[in-house]
Amino acid sequence: MNIGLTQEKVKELEKIALQIRRMVVKMVFTAQSGHLGGSLSVAEIISVLYFSELKIDPRNPNWPDRDRLVPSKGHCAPAIYAVLALRGFIDSGCLTTLRQADSILQGHPYMKSTPGIDMSTGSLGHGLSIGVGMALGERLKRSNFLVYVLLGDGELNEGQNWEAAMAAAKHSLSHLIAIVDRNRVQLDGPTEEIMPMEPLIEKWKAFNWNTISIDGHSVKEVSDSIQWAKQNHDRPSVIIANTIKGKGVSFMENTHKWHGRPPTREEYELAMEELGGEADE
Amino acid sequence: MNKTVAMRESYGEVLAELGEKNPDIVVLDCDVSHSTKTLYFGERFPERFFNFGIQEANMMDIAAGLATVGLIPFANTFSFLATLRAAEQIRTSIAYNYLNVKIIGSYGGLSDSYDGSSHQSIFDLAVMRGMPNIKIVVPSDSVETKKAVREIAVTSGPVYLRLCRNEVPVFFDESYEFALGKANVLREGTDLTLVVTGILLDRTMNAAEELEGEGIHCQILQVHTLKPIDHQAIAKASEETGALVTIEEHNIIGGLGSAVAEVLASSRPAPMERVGIQDRFAESGDYHQLLDKYGMSCRDIVNAAKKVLQRKLQQ
Repeated sequence: MNIGLTQEKVKELEKIALQIRRMVVKMVFTAQSGHLGGSLSVAEIISVLYFSELKIDPRNPNWPDRDRLVPSKGHCAPAIYAVLALRGFIDSGCLTTLRQADSILQGHPYMKSTPGIDMSTGSLGHGLSIGVGMALGERLKRSNFLVYVLLGDGELNEGQNWEAAMAAAKHSLSHLIAIVDRNRVQLDGPTEEIMPMEPLIEKWKAFNWNTISIDGHSVKEVSDSIQWAKQNHDRPSVIIANTIKGKGVSFMENTHKWHGRPPTREEYELAMEELGGEADE
Repeated sequence: MNKTVAMRESYGEVLAELGEKNPDIVVLDCDVSHSTKTLYFGERFPERFFNFGIQEANMMDIAAGLATVGLIPFANTFSFLATLRAAEQIRTSIAYNYLNVKIIGSYGGLSDSYDGSSHQSIFDLAVMRGMPNIKIVVPSDSVETKKAVREIAVTSGPVYLRLCRNEVPVFFDESYEFALGKANVLREGTDLTLVVTGILLDRTMNAAEELEGEGIHCQILQVHTLKPIDHQAIAKASEETGALVTIEEHNIIGGLGSAVAEVLASSRPAPMERVGIQDRFAESGDYHQLLDKYGMSCRDIVNAAKKVLQRKLQQ
C-alpha cells in the first residue's frame, strides 16, 4: 500500500498543477477559444493522475495494459493537452495550434489525432458508460489496469451517467474510478440553480458506489483518495473532488462567465501575473 | 413458394456459431434478447453476454469502450432504438472514432407490425446513411443474414445491420457468396431495373414475373450494402436499362431511393421512381397488410415500373 505522498512529491505535483494552469491560460488566449473555468479547476487532479498515478508510457501511448483515463468533461481539453505535453506524449510546440485547422489538438479530445487520449469526448454524458465498457473489457481480456473517468458536475445532469452508474454496480467494477470535478458552476450558472445535484454523494451511495468527498485542490487528498479507491475490491468508487471553477485566477473563480470565453490581452497578462508566470514564457 | 425463415432466428444462430470461433466477440442487449435472439449466444457464452436492461444509450457507449480494448461488440436492440435513442452515442463514440462495433437493429421497417408506429423503424437507414464511417447492411433473407454477419464480424470498423422480425421467404442457397459493398444482379432484363433492398425482394420478384407476362423485361439489382453503395452496379444498370425503380421498406426519403438517386445524379441520370413508405407514419396491423397499405405492394411496384417505363419512352 502506498503510504502517501512525500513532502517533496506534494511540492512537485503542486508545481505541475500551477504549470498546467499557466499553459491552459496561454493556450486559450492564443487560440482565442476554449474553456478556461473547467480546465483550471482540474489542474491538481490532472497533475496527480499523470505524474503520480496513471500507469502509462509516453513512448508507447497505445500500450494495451496502460491505465485508461476518459476525460468525460472533454471541455477541459486544454488541461489535458498541457499535461500530455509535460508528460512527453506530445510536443509542447503544438500547444499553440489548439483548435486550429490541421492541428492534432481538436477543440475537444480526439483519440485518433492526439497520442495519449484514450477516448474522444466533448459531448457530455458519455464517459462513464465508456469507462464501464473499458473496465468490462479489462476483466474479459484478463488485463490488469484501472479505468479513471473524469466527470464534470454539470455533466451529471445527463441521465446516462446514472444508467452507467447502475451498470457499473451491477458488474462490481472495482477497477473503475470516477472523479467528479465538483466546481459547482456550469455553463449557464451555479449548478444548484440550473439543475440541483445535491445530495450528490447520497445519489452515488444509492447507486451502490463507494464514495468519498475531498478537497480537489489538495494534491495530497486527491492522491490519498485514489489510494483509497484502489483498495476497494467490491464495487466502483467515486471521488467527489470539491473544486473552484477558474481556480488560480481571482477574476475567473466561481463564475460561469469564464466557462467558455477567452481572455483579452489585458486579462491574459493579469492572469499570468497571478499564476506567477510571464505572459510570453 | 420458397420456404420462410425468420432472419432473427438465423442471426441468433450465427452469432452463437461465431462466438465459438472468436473469443473476442461480445454481445450486448437491452432487455430484448428473447426478441433479438441474442439469448442463444447468452446461453452458450454467459461471460461474454451483457444485458444492460432498458438502457440503449448506455449500452452503445459501453460497446464503444469494449471495442477500445480489442473486443468485437455486437450491440443489439430494436432498430428504432439503436438508431434514434442511441444515435448520438453511435456518432460520438463509435463512428467518429471508427470503433469496431457492430450495431444490430432488429425489428426493422414495419416488421414489428402489431406494436404500431412507436416500434416501427421507417427512417433508420436515413439516419445511419448520414453518418460518416459506418457501413450499412440490409439482408434480404435468412441465408444472406448469416453470410452477412460472418462477413461483418471480420470487417474492421462500425457496421449497422438491419434485420427483419418476421419469417420471410428464402432466396439464397448456401453456395451464395456475400460480398460487402457489392450488389447482386438476380434477374436480367433490358427495359428497366428494379433496385431492391431487404425483405421486399420477394414482392419485387413477383412484380418482375407479372411485368414479364405483360412483355416488360425487368432487371433486378439487389442492394444489400446501402453504404458504401455499389456505385458501379447502379450506374451500369442505369446505362443498360435507362429506367429504375427503387424498392425499400423505409421512408422514400433518405434510404435506398435517395442513395440510388445520388448515384444517378453523378453518373448516368435516368427516369426513376421510388417505392416505399410515402413520408408518413404507419399503424398497427398484420405485417403484409401494412406493407400493402403503406405503398409497398406488388401492385405498387408494377405501377411504378410502368410509370418509369413510360417516362423513359417519352424521353
